[in-house]
Amino acid sequence: MKKNNLFLTALFVLTAGLALLSCDKNQFTQGKILYTNFCERCHMEDGTGLRGIIPPLAGADFLETHKTELPCIIRYGIKGDIVVNGKTYQTEMPGEPKLTEFEITNIINYINTSWGNDLELARHTDVRAILKACEAARKEQ
Amino acid sequence: MLIPFFVWGCQDTAPKDLPILGERDVVNGDTVYHAIPDFAFIDQDSQLVTNETFAGKAYVADFFFVHCPTICPKTSAQMLRIYEHFQNDDRLMLVAHTVDPKRDTVAALKKYSDGLGVSSSKWRFLTGEKDSLYEIADDYFSIAMEDSEAPGGFDHSGRLILVDKNRHIRSFCNGTDPADVDRFIKDIENLLNEEK
Ligand code: HEC
Repeated sequence: MKKNNLFLTALFVLTAGLALLSCDKNQFTQGKILYTNFCERCHMEDGTGLRGIIPPLAGADFLETHKTELPCIIRYGIKGDIVVNGKTYQTEMPGEPKLTEFEITNIINYINTSWGNDLELARHTDVRAILKACEAARKEQ
Repeated sequence: MLIPFFVWGCQDTAPKDLPILGERDVVNGDTVYHAIPDFAFIDQDSQLVTNETFAGKAYVADFFFVHCPTICPKTSAQMLRIYEHFQNDDRLMLVAHTVDPKRDTVAALKKYSDGLGVSSSKWRFLTGEKDSLYEIADDYFSIAMEDSEAPGGFDHSGRLILVDKNRHIRSFCNGTDPADVDRFIKDIENLLNEEK
């Protein structure tokens, strides 16, 4: 009986430990790899950016307030003044036109769940619709 | 034979003098070390910057451009670490040269240095004639050429270079690698102590 208890306790501790460990690990593995390859060199590993030159992604209000623009920013880049957490940035960001809809979704979700960010996850179907719309808008111009 | 190496390896705390890097010639029995030649560029405040600007001081030099899509932001972040570490130490200055003078005008450099929030008397951003900028880059990087075995061989982008008050190159590092920059900061401290 006592032995059994001990076994159960051990099992509990083990599962709790595992659960904690996996909590710490971001589930968006592809998003993380893509972030490292395409974004990290500017926005940095910890998402802090570079002072007044490159805006942060960690704790950035922009991610929430401009949620529906993120897919197009990632694919086509962005230039001109933008305001992130009350600070104005005016350096141009180049786009990554080769990234697929899935890849862009995974990057957004990696960002939305990293460095203390706890934002709503993006859905692939929405990202696709947004990209279609801005592709069409760009063609018209 | 092995023992002295072990002993040496343990004496991490006692700083050695930094070597003088680069090609050297022997002239009439004296060794002549590689030295940074004369230069004249314009900084983010439209001030003329020459070797005289750094008289009696050591400086860290790097090359970058404002619209750099690759590694420059990381290098700037590491330069910023060095800037902050030595912010109150007048014996060290920082110098970033643009390699894109066409787009990196004085105004563009000013915007960049304001964006970083750094003082232009400590950290100069230089522009000038493209040829002169490329020539001086070759000169700073000549020390690294010796290392042709290194992966990436002759790609010196992202290097930070430490120059002493006698225009000699004393150390360099990979400005995209924070651990290498840690080591480089120690080198700078050792140089400043040696020059005291
Ligand atoms: C060459 C440097 C560079 C790269 C690479 C880069 N960005 Fe940016 N990013 C910027 C700059 C600069 C801005 C600000 C643009 C402006 O001022 O108009 C920005 C703005 C943003 C913004 C909006 C502002 C904010 O901070 O929330 C997001 C989101 C963003 N980038 C995400 C990404 C993602 C995702 C990647 C990788 C796919 C990426 N960036 C790659 C430089 C870069």
